[in-house]
Amino acid sequence: MAEMTRRRGRTGYLLLLPAFLTLLVFFVLPFYSLIATSLYDPSGSDVEGFEMTYHFSNYWDAISDYSGPLFRSLVYGGVATLLCLVLGYVLAYAMAFKAGRWKYLLLVLVIAPFFTSFLVRTLSWKLILADDGFVVNTLQFLQILGDDGRLLATPVAVIAGLVYNFLPFMILPLFASLDRIDPRLIEASSDLYAHPFVGFFKVTWPLSLPGVVSGTLLTFIPAVGDYINAQLLGSTGQRMIGSVIQSQFVEANNYPAAAALSTMLMIVILAMVLVYVRRAGTEELL
Amino acid sequence: MSQVADVPTEQVGDSSYDGLRLRGVSKTYPNGFTAVDTLDLDVPRGSFIALLGPSGCGKTTTLRMVAGLETPTSGEIRLAGDDITYAKPYKRPVNTVFQNYALFPHLDIFENVAFGLKRRKVKDVEAQVREMLALVELDSQARKKPTQLSGGQQQRVALARALINRPEVLLLDEPLGALDLKLRRSMQIEIKRIQTEVGLTFVHVTHDQEEAMTMADTVAVMNAGVIEQLGAPEELYENPRSTFVANFLGQSNLIEGTVVSRGSDVTSVDMHGIGVSVPTGRTHTDGEKGWIGIRPEKVLIGEEGEALDAPGNTIPGGVVTDVSFNGVSTQYLVRMPWGQELAVFAQNTGRTRIFRRGDRVELSWRPEYAFLLDFSQDASAGAQKGD
Repeated sequence: MAEMTRRRGRTGYLLLLPAFLTLLVFFVLPFYSLIATSLYDPSGSDVEGFEMTYHFSNYWDAISDYSGPLFRSLVYGGVATLLCLVLGYVLAYAMAFKAGRWKYLLLVLVIAPFFTSFLVRTLSWKLILADDGFVVNTLQFLQILGDDGRLLATPVAVIAGLVYNFLPFMILPLFASLDRIDPRLIEASSDLYAHPFVGFFKVTWPLSLPGVVSGTLLTFIPAVGDYINAQLLGSTGQRMIGSVIQSQFVEANNYPAAAALSTMLMIVILAMVLVYVRRAGTEELL
Repeated sequence: MSQVADVPTEQVGDSSYDGLRLRGVSKTYPNGFTAVDTLDLDVPRGSFIALLGPSGCGKTTTLRMVAGLETPTSGEIRLAGDDITYAKPYKRPVNTVFQNYALFPHLDIFENVAFGLKRRKVKDVEAQVREMLALVELDSQARKKPTQLSGGQQQRVALARALINRPEVLLLDEPLGALDLKLRRSMQIEIKRIQTEVGLTFVHVTHDQEEAMTMADTVAVMNAGVIEQLGAPEELYENPRSTFVANFLGQSNLIEGTVVSRGSDVTSVDMHGIGVSVPTGRTHTDGEKGWIGIRPEKVLIGEEGEALDAPGNTIPGGVVTDVSFNGVSTQYLVRMPWGQELAVFAQNTGRTRIFRRGDRVELSWRPEYAFLLDFSQDASAGAQKGD
């Protein structure tokens, strides 16, 4: 008996080993390196090397220099997530309840953009939203946009890009949770005097909440840290924190500042996610 | 095709009837399948009717049309005089106990039961829900989630959730299908008790003939989208009008026969050279030939040449081919001279011995128990296969 439990225990640890090693190599070590880098003396350089001086003021400098892009990132990420939720919910709902035999074809179509590169897709948005492009011309014709109005290099373009790029991450979890809802529950609500509209808010919406929470997290977290959309579709006025981190790392070679910004972004997102998940009452997701 | 037993035919659109009335209701799906075919049905207020039939006979479709979850292709549904054929489900005074219950998993038992009342903005929801939970003996479970309850308890919640709205008609769609046999029997009695207590109209859909007969005042046997026969359980069982009903409700021996004469009281039939008689009221064919039907428990089995207490129809020359003893009774299969095997259920009263395979026996039955069915019908229609 004892022999058996011990053996089973050993097998368990053995099976956990690959996951543990992966986490160690790909999460713990880089994470340690990131935190350490954020505390280096910024006066060093990538050629001469950095000195560990527990330079906590890297954080204060980062906040005072880049609070603008950080705040902007949270706003753009938040708006993009909301738009994704509205668009994605409608589509996921239609797929789950109305599409019938087209359901899985639509699902493939949702994933289809992933077959081409993220970069190429974002660049093509640059063409779509170009100053003399069809979209801008149409909006100008409809007087929604002024004669010299443009979309590129505006927050609209950046948020549109974010919405486009992260929409599938919203749709998939939403679809998964909506598709699991037994249509008889909706029939039951209708049978129990609930107008379809009321039935949606009393039955469908609460039952889809796990999908809503995971979808918004999967969209919000990468959207806030994204820099491709801001870089390709925006101008300096739309710089997001991701662009700042990227340029600090790659262009300014200021590793400590970039690491401090990255760490801070992570802490802010983690705090927001914790509050959000608590309030949505879906702690079991964490 | 379908018939409404013992109800005078009234005009379509008559609004004086206070029960549930279906007139010429059909449902054809886009793929061309006709689930329900010009069905007429009257359900008097306060009665308990069971729609009984095999899967695909249209019973559930009929129920869903009454609930408003399905729209009839043609025909009319009236409830207490109002035309509800095309009314939205949430505007009908009809509630359903769904197959597998369809309880809201995110709401607790109390909120599940309160759902209908809250949608209608009724006052004192709290008191009504408490009272209803007491009726189904679940008062102590009010704050649990449906998944925390057993199947039988969930079934009672489903019943309470529908009943609390005091609908004009309560629809039950195979409500006991997911329960095990023992629980099913006790829930049958429970539901019957509640129906008597609240006095509402119940329409119950089931494929279990025993369930239908135990619970309902009236049973409508459905087959291929029409009602084959409607009546009280005893009436359906004792005097079936079609081979489908004869086989689907219980078991029947159906023997080919030729009508010799039709009197005012009895029809005389020649059954493979033996004269048997069937009461006129149980003769359901005008043809020259017919199926003579007799229930296995109505057939008496005795020694060859023994005078049995069943004057009229005596059939000699049987050979026992199969015996299965099950305590209360013994079931025999007896091969008759014309080659057919008849089923016989004999009570183990101790008055006669238990026959063995190969014994030569004589069968007999009282003429008043026999019935005569149309020969054009399939003698195996509705029989349970593999039983």
